[in-house]
Amino acid sequence: MKIVREALAGTLESSDLMVRITPRDGELAIVLQSEVMHQFGARIEAVARECLAKLGITEALVVIEDKGALDCVVAARVQTAVSRAVDEWTADWSALS
Amino acid sequence: MRLRRSMLFLPGANAAMLSTAFVFKPDTIMFDLEDAVSLREKDAARMLVFHALQMPVYGDMETAVRINPLSTPFGLKDLEAVVRAGVDVVRLPKTDTADDVRALEAEVERIERDCGREVGSTKLMAAIESASGVVNAVAIATSSKRLVGIALAGFDYVMDMQTERGDGSELFYARCAVLHAARFAKIDAFDVVFSDVNDDAGFLKEVDLIRRLGFNGKSLINPRQIDLLHNAFAPTQEEVDYSRRVVAAAEQGEKQGLGVVSLNGKMIDAPVIEHARVVLRRAEASGVRQ
Repeated sequence: MKIVREALAGTLESSDLMVRITPRDGELAIVLQSEVMHQFGARIEAVARECLAKLGITEALVVIEDKGALDCVVAARVQTAVSRAVDEWTADWSALS
Repeated sequence: MRLRRSMLFLPGANAAMLSTAFVFKPDTIMFDLEDAVSLREKDAARMLVFHALQMPVYGDMETAVRINPLSTPFGLKDLEAVVRAGVDVVRLPKTDTADDVRALEAEVERIERDCGREVGSTKLMAAIESASGVVNAVAIATSSKRLVGIALAGFDYVMDMQTERGDGSELFYARCAVLHAARFAKIDAFDVVFSDVNDDAGFLKEVDLIRRLGFNGKSLINPRQIDLLHNAFAPTQEEVDYSRRVVAAAEQGEKQGLGVVSLNGKMIDAPVIEHARVVLRRAEASGVRQ
């Protein structure tokens, strides 16, 4: 799947996160800001990378501003951002679990 | 017997509420993808609820999702997500006829087969929100073996009836019709939301009414209402003591092979025994009324 436009998902409310995804050639870059960076920064990035890998996203700039979200919220927001940034989105629920 | 006294509605797009709602321990957590979610956030809410349903935190609580009507561009997508995520109950809004339930059931079965989920394991609930739904309540309540209950939704109903929420008299016929249909079909019946979360006295007055009518429970929009509701539905100590005596007498009679049992000179038949067991189950779940 290819990121063809900029897209946003999520909010900056507590227990949520904002994900901004934009097209980028040649690399998958993740920029993460979190209120719990020291404790959970690596975990949040791992969840985001796993979601992107399952969706076949290998090129994009993903900017995440986390406000203490659980793993399931991180996954949902990353997947929603991708679904809004690709040309044709058909949910493959087994790849989204 | 599953208790369904409290059905806590949560906006499907609200990450914080979805992440923490289980701590309030309602009988049923109802993730809402319909009216509580704006059109532009339907996709995000669906994804959030898909993941929230798979959190291993619910224990004995029942999970349910109010999907969008199948006539909208969102309904079927909601259904695909939540059945695959393992939801216990799908709530269909704006149910006007039995065919609405049958159409939902057919789609649920297709998805269950498609994803390998046991066919029949997804239960259904129909929300009645119109004069048409009330008139067809019996047909709706008996339309599917998957139905665990029917619920009256007050706001849309009073709009359809060209009136407004008041002292409850505007809901009298609908409450009785929905309740009778549910009892005829031997499924649960749920009352409307009480929207003024700061009016505990008004809430408890309404809860007392619907409990005495015979409703199983009520839709809630604030976690504060859960304990109030559970306490109001809890039996009194006197009811518990009597129910224990009834069950003990019934068990004794069964051991002795008696067809009919009496307690203090009064005959105890099957409905009395069953009611006593329900009372004890409620006491076990929420203690004795304070």
